[in-house]
Amino acid sequence: MSDKRAKTHLHCTVNGKERDNFVADNMLLADYLREELALTGTKIGCDGGECGCCTVLIDGNPQHACLRLAATCQELEIETIEAISNQSRMSAIQRGFHEKLGTQCGFCTPGMIMAAEALLRKNPDPTIDEIRSGLAANICRCTGYIKIIESVQFAVNEMKLESTQK
Amino acid sequence: MEYMPNFKLHRPKSKDEAAQIKNESSDSLFVAGGTDMIVNVRRGIEQPHHLIDLSDIAEVKEISQDKSELVIGSGVTLNSLANSEKIKSDYPAIADAALSIAGSTHQQYGTVGGNLCLDTRCLFYNQSEWWRQSNDYCMKERGEICHVAPGGKRCFAAFSGDLAPAMLVYNAEVKIHGPNGVRQLALQDLYRNDGMNHLTLESNELIASIHLSNNLAGSPSKYEKARIRGSIDFPLAGAAVRLEKENNKIKDITVALTGVNPFPQIIKNTEAMIGMDINEKTLDLLRENVRKQAKPMKTTTVAPWYRRRVVGAIAKRLMHELSVE
Repeated sequence: MSDKRAKTHLHCTVNGKERDNFVADNMLLADYLREELALTGTKIGCDGGECGCCTVLIDGNPQHACLRLAATCQELEIETIEAISNQSRMSAIQRGFHEKLGTQCGFCTPGMIMAAEALLRKNPDPTIDEIRSGLAANICRCTGYIKIIESVQFAVNEMKLESTQK
Repeated sequence: MEYMPNFKLHRPKSKDEAAQIKNESSDSLFVAGGTDMIVNVRRGIEQPHHLIDLSDIAEVKEISQDKSELVIGSGVTLNSLANSEKIKSDYPAIADAALSIAGSTHQQYGTVGGNLCLDTRCLFYNQSEWWRQSNDYCMKERGEICHVAPGGKRCFAAFSGDLAPAMLVYNAEVKIHGPNGVRQLALQDLYRNDGMNHLTLESNELIASIHLSNNLAGSPSKYEKARIRGSIDFPLAGAAVRLEKENNKIKDITVALTGVNPFPQIIKNTEAMIGMDINEKTLDLLRENVRKQAKPMKTTTVAPWYRRRVVGAIAKRLMHELSVE
């Protein structure tokens, strides 16, 4: 069966790479990333912006990829969890989630890390309340959140250490 | 399973273009941030043939001040609103309300206009397609009866926006843009007491800006809501209170509610409290007044009697906090 959906030419940057695709007008950004670009790190956990698993950065701001139409990302810069590690070395936040057991089943982790990444870029030394508020739109059913907050604090300390060593 | 209809996406660059496209395309919807509208589209509650995305209209994304008023563009994000120094200092309830909407990520792209035009919500309406189908839908969408009040002929879905009550206590006005030009009306006249159709906007009109008069700038206020999850949720009941005092007497007081009616409600008879001493008795008077006028129905998982008690308690607490500051 032919696809009769209205389509738009999308030009955007995903993880530093320019992309040109014809996307269906009703295609969600989460589906574009997962189905068209095979960037399956971005997870889809609920049916509408409640769980935060699909959090990606659009021009540096955290957004839910499941509530954004791909065709509205024209000329924007999108970053997903796949872009967070640096030449196969885990970022400070990723190491935090590993060291402090911020990950259990792992499904919320990409979204949590992207939300934490956005938070720490704007506020490199957040208080516990600021971490809680920065991750408020992300749900985890395993950890009870304490471990996730400790993971972000670990990352903060790592990043401080890295900057003093430079 | 989600129900994503086929639609054509339009991305106008100006209000005029948006209104024109809306006028020309039957069965079309505006979407701004999309935090609620895209959810409703995915759930099949809305099935537009044309979706008009307002996020590319630069002219509605600014907060500006002139001699007589503060003008907030309808496309300003909740995050920018909450972080505006002017809003924080002069209209604090509005900053409180913006910070309480959904989670911090939603606030990055949810807009002021979107929150004011938020569709009314109900336990039997904001559900997936299969859930609603298995329940024979409801009067608000495709069905015939109201599951909240099966004998009734009207819809009781609750208005659940947070900004509206906070703006109502400052007598906000909205400027509305349509194919026939521009009109300005009091924010309270944007709403009507009908869960099916709670906005007085014509289908081809959109909100361009919100206007807050300088007369009330700096008047102390607060907003608070009760919700199931503290980090992210719609209000079960919410109240905004603006209180001015002089020698521990009430000089001016306005209270507005959300989540307990199909429209954001200004509490009546508060002017009778002007001149009274602020003490436990007047605090209780406000609490009882609020409880009497709030009319929550079984539109959430939490019982109406509880929400009525809570909204009174919130109003009393806010008035107390404002009186001791």
